[in-house]
Amino acid sequence: MRDLSLYILDIAENSVNAGADEIRVALVFKDSLLKVSVQDNGRGMDQAFLAGVTDPFVTTGKTRRVGMGIPFFKAAAEITGGSFEIESKEGKGTAVTAVFRTDSLDFVPAGDIGDTMGTLIMRAPNTRFFFSAEFDGRSWQTDTGKIKIGLPPNVAIDDIEVIAEIKRSIQENFENINGGTIL
Amino acid sequence: MKSIEELKAIKAKMQAEIETRSAVSDSDVKIVVGMATCGIAAGARPVLNAFLDAAQKAGLKNVKVLQAGCFGTCKAEPMAEVHIPCKDKVIYGRLTPDAARKIVAEHIMGGNIVAEYVVKG
Repeated sequence: MRDLSLYILDIAENSVNAGADEIRVALVFKDSLLKVSVQDNGRGMDQAFLAGVTDPFVTTGKTRRVGMGIPFFKAAAEITGGSFEIESKEGKGTAVTAVFRTDSLDFVPAGDIGDTMGTLIMRAPNTRFFFSAEFDGRSWQTDTGKIKIGLPPNVAIDDIEVIAEIKRSIQENFENINGGTIL
Repeated sequence: MKSIEELKAIKAKMQAEIETRSAVSDSDVKIVVGMATCGIAAGARPVLNAFLDAAQKAGLKNVKVLQAGCFGTCKAEPMAEVHIPCKDKVIYGRLTPDAARKIVAEHIMGGNIVAEYVVKG
């Protein structure tokens, strides 16, 4: 994948497919380490499936018998000297956490985080998405539950103009928090 | 730092043009973009955005741009299916944002399938 925002999009799609109605995306940066986490309250996985889920030949997909999303994300983190962790409980949800060393040559750019969040909201407008970024103590967060309260009646959160505004706002705020810390 | 409350600024703007936007119906044209790992890695997100943007700019309110998983032909990603009511669906592959705009203009608005991007079933 070309940038971090595309990995986040791909991983959070798993949460949507797991039937989550709350999905939390968080980026925390400190001391050259960037922690990216995607947490959901979806159906979760049993321990046997979880144990094999970083193997590309383990998937819930019906179309083809490989699942590359989690292995890609894990590899992207580990190649920078970082780490990867996935926790899951059946009926409770799943948390995927990858730590990247941002001073590694193999660290990919952040990309358009706003575009990723907007794309996810369009995919699952009834899911409540939380987004937070914390860089060296500067932080910003939002969630679609609050955004919905601000919308007029009859205007859906996945309205194309609302999505465009959400994408723009999240990306702008993310860039402010990031402040050039990571590209 | 800007707060999300600024999003509420959109409220004033949108109240001027409120209309009830209905869910997807049978009479809609549907563009379904593959957004699984294979699609995303091949560039599906800018293609999805180009479809949305082109449909909006052309004022095509009966065109719904939807996201799906893997279509099974990962090597042809980014892919999209175009469903026009009462017509056979068309599967496009190896798409770019420019190709998406061309499909909206020529296929959806003009009625002519864009042969160069059609994936043979």
